Amino acid sequence: MSVEVILPGVLADLAGGSKHLQVEVRGATVADLLDTLAADHPLLARRIRDETGQVRRFVNVYVDGDDVRFQQGVATPIPDGTVVQVLPSVAGG
Amino acid sequence: MTDLLAIGTRKGLWLARSEDDRRSWTLDGPHLLAQEVAAVSIDTRRPRPRVLAGIQYGHWGPTVTWTDDLGGSWNETEHGAIHFPEEAGAAVARVWQLRPDTAERPDVVWAGAEPQSLWRSTDGGCSFELVRGLWDHPHRPTWEPGGGGGAVHTVLPDAASDRVTVAMSTGGVYVSEDGGEKWEPRNKGITVTFGPDPLPDYGQCVHKVAVDASSPDRMYAQNHFGVFRTDDAGVSWTSIADGLPADFGFPIVSSPHTSGTAWVIPLVADMQRVPPDGRLRVHRTRDAGGTWTELGDGLPDGNWSAVMRDAFCADDHDTTGLYFGTRDGCVYASADEGDTFTLVADHLPDVLAVRAAALP
Repeated sequence: MSVEVILPGVLADLAGGSKHLQVEVRGATVADLLDTLAADHPLLARRIRDETGQVRRFVNVYVDGDDVRFQQGVATPIPDGTVVQVLPSVAGG
Repeated sequence: MTDLLAIGTRKGLWLARSEDDRRSWTLDGPHLLAQEVAAVSIDTRRPRPRVLAGIQYGHWGPTVTWTDDLGGSWNETEHGAIHFPEEAGAAVARVWQLRPDTAERPDVVWAGAEPQSLWRSTDGGCSFELVRGLWDHPHRPTWEPGGGGGAVHTVLPDAASDRVTVAMSTGGVYVSEDGGEKWEPRNKGITVTFGPDPLPDYGQCVHKVAVDASSPDRMYAQNHFGVFRTDDAGVSWTSIADGLPADFGFPIVSSPHTSGTAWVIPLVADMQRVPPDGRLRVHRTRDAGGTWTELGDGLPDGNWSAVMRDAFCADDHDTTGLYFGTRDGCVYASADEGDTFTLVADHLPDVLAVRAAALP
C-alpha cells in the first residue's frame, strides 16, 4: 500500500531532503506508517512522535486533510493513495 | 589557555571565549538557534573537549546533542540519545541536567530529566540508559511537578565511591551508595511550605545542591525557601540562611577548591521571583554558611529578572571564576570569586544554563 507523506521544510533534511515522500506502508494505520518511516528515517520519526508512540503535543498529522486527533489517533486508517501531511501546530514563544 | 563559557538559553546556545585569564570575552553564536537549551556541560576528560547540550526542538521533542569541535558541527544519535523503554510508558519531556562523571570514569555522563528520572551514559553522552533503581522507587508516584515541571535537576556523582546524590523538584534529595541501584531520601531538616507537614521525609522542592570542596559529606542546598547545609551526606540538614536578605532562590554554587566557600543569588519569594529591592546581587559565605557577604561590584540595580537553577556555575581555576545568566539575557563573569563582575553578554534570550571550563 502506498501513501504520500508531505513534510514541513524543517523536517525535510531528516528524510533525505525531500518534502514529499511516497511510502510503501507495511500496515494500514498512521501508526504503521510511522513505524515504516522510523525504519528508514529514525530521527524523522522521533520528531513526530514520542517513545510512547503518541504524536507529539505540538505536531499535527492530517489524513486526507483531517487531523488524526479528531479521528482515531495513530490508529486512524490510511487507505491506499492517502495523503498524510505533518505540520507544526500553533505554538512557540 | 582558552577559557570557554557555554551559555544555554531558551532559543539557542552561545559560546564565549576568553584568552586573557577571563578578563574579556568574545561571544560566538547562536548555535542551535531556536532550540531550547536547558542543560549544557563541557566535558574536558576527552582528547577534544565535548560540549553536550540537552535541547528541546520546540514542536519536535527533546534530545541530547554534542559537538567535539566547539560548535563547528553538532551530532545527534540516530535512534535518539535519551528515551524511556517502552514498558515505562513515559516520554522524556525535557533534559534538565548533563553531568560528566569523574576522570576515573571517563565515558560516564549522567543526565537528569523530566519526568523525574535519572539516566546514565557509558559512551560519553551519545546514548543514555534509564537508572531503574530510582525510576522504580516506591516514592515516585508521590513526586509532584513544580511550576517548571517535575525533574531530576541535580546529579552529583562522588569521585571516590559509588555514591550518587540527586535532587529533584519535587521529591527532594535522594542518595544511592551503590551506583544507582538502591535509593533513600535524605531530607531531614529541609522544610516544606507548600504542604501540611513542614518536615516530611521526602517531597521537598530542593532547587539545587552543591558539594563542598572538603568532603562529599558536606553539601549545600538552595531550597524552595531556605538554604541548608549537611555535614553527613544528607542524613541531616541545618539552616544556614541567617544573614541573607531572602532565603528563596534557585542556584547554589560551591568552590571546587576552598572548603566552606559557596555562593547564592537570593530572590524575594516564590510569589515574587525578583532580587530584593531590584538589586541583583551574589552572596558569598567563607564559613560554610555561618556568615554571608553581599557582592555587587559590576552588578546592576533596578534589575527585576531572576537567575535559574543551572544558570550559575564556577570554573576550576585556583582563583575561582563565577558565571551567571539572567532571564533577561545578561551574562556576568567574575575572575575573582565574586569580588567584581563584568558583563559578558546582554540581550540574549532567557539564560537557562551556563558551564565554564579551561580548555587544555
